[in-house]
Amino acid sequence: MNLLDGLWGILDLLLVAVLLLLAMAAVLSSDRRRSMMLFIVFGLVLALVWARLHAPDIALAEAAIGAGLGGALLMATLRRDTHQQTDQFPQHPVVLWGAGVLVMVLGTMIAWGLFSVLPTVEQTWRKGAAVDAQLAFSGVSHPVTAVLLNFRAWDTLLELAVLLAAILGIRALGYVRSAYVTEVAFSQLAVWLVPLLILMAGYVLWAGAHSPGGAFQAGALLAGAGILLRLAGYSHAGLPTTRWLVRLGLVVGTGVFLLVGLGLLGWGQGFLHYPVAYAKWWILLIEMLATVSIGMTLTLAFMGGIPQKEAA
Amino acid sequence: MVGLSAINPQFLYGCAGIFLFAIGLWGTWLHAHYVRKIISLNVMGAGVFLTLIAVAYRGENLPPDPVPHALVLTGIVVAVSATALALVIIRRLEDAANE
Repeated sequence: MNLLDGLWGILDLLLVAVLLLLAMAAVLSSDRRRSMMLFIVFGLVLALVWARLHAPDIALAEAAIGAGLGGALLMATLRRDTHQQTDQFPQHPVVLWGAGVLVMVLGTMIAWGLFSVLPTVEQTWRKGAAVDAQLAFSGVSHPVTAVLLNFRAWDTLLELAVLLAAILGIRALGYVRSAYVTEVAFSQLAVWLVPLLILMAGYVLWAGAHSPGGAFQAGALLAGAGILLRLAGYSHAGLPTTRWLVRLGLVVGTGVFLLVGLGLLGWGQGFLHYPVAYAKWWILLIEMLATVSIGMTLTLAFMGGIPQKEAA
Repeated sequence: MVGLSAINPQFLYGCAGIFLFAIGLWGTWLHAHYVRKIISLNVMGAGVFLTLIAVAYRGENLPPDPVPHALVLTGIVVAVSATALALVIIRRLEDAANE
């Protein structure tokens, strides 16, 4: 037992060391392309850390959204025509290291503050026990989904609104010149992968009620399918070609969430207070539509806005 | 071996998160190019998420606190959509500069 604990300790130290070194390398490397690659690897190691800390939901989301989509978004900004893209820090080395020492002192102060306060607030601050006690009334058996779509549904609604605001901003900017090349070789891959990704999205969405998964991970998988289609040369990335269907898809997640909340308010239940007997079905409906909106939003974000035909 | 097993994962990963935040702050502050600022900003965000999840961790045999987990999950999605918007603005600026 002691030996096993010791091994876990070594693994923890190793993970933390690799994570911090990757972050340093991604921030300090002067080659932009290498910095992006290191950031993607950083995201994948972070997914391992989430798994280590018993956060499988976040590990799934990090691998799909943080590392996968974030990486794809960054790579889409690389220009083909400029080969060498180097970003040296413009400051004098003394300024550079002075600032480095300053942020490390700040970090040490925050860490010292947090860990001296934490033990005293620990008991009153934690809401985990309250979630466990109310879980039976939430309509789902997975605590993270219960928090997201029932106990703190407000947060999730506002978060979907943030997503909608971001995509509205992207669309308002008009179409941007894409930096990536479409590869015919991808179309063969897409034939196999896209149906598989859609199937996986459906499973992850359904599984969210009782185990890790849910609308965010499922939406990210759908976006993966969309990006693959875009890279394979489909100009609309599998999105509807009619404008109003695209618009409907983007707002349906936030819209129906809000309507359900207001409907329940009118019913005399309170905003987003699901009746226990039907909670599961309301949550499933909201999650399904949120998945569609999240998938479409993230795909459009990768494409840099409006499909080419619309822009023309 | 016994000494290593005394390391508290909550403390170790919590501190790692705070230092990721510091490294990201360093890059966001000093890099001149916007894409590099965005990468650094994402490292900062990852640090905040890591600290939250480390605090939610309650040991090997206990279920973690689901509330910070839900917060971080929504945080990741918000971070990626903010990143997407920022990158499109940067691409737009570069296109405008090249025209």
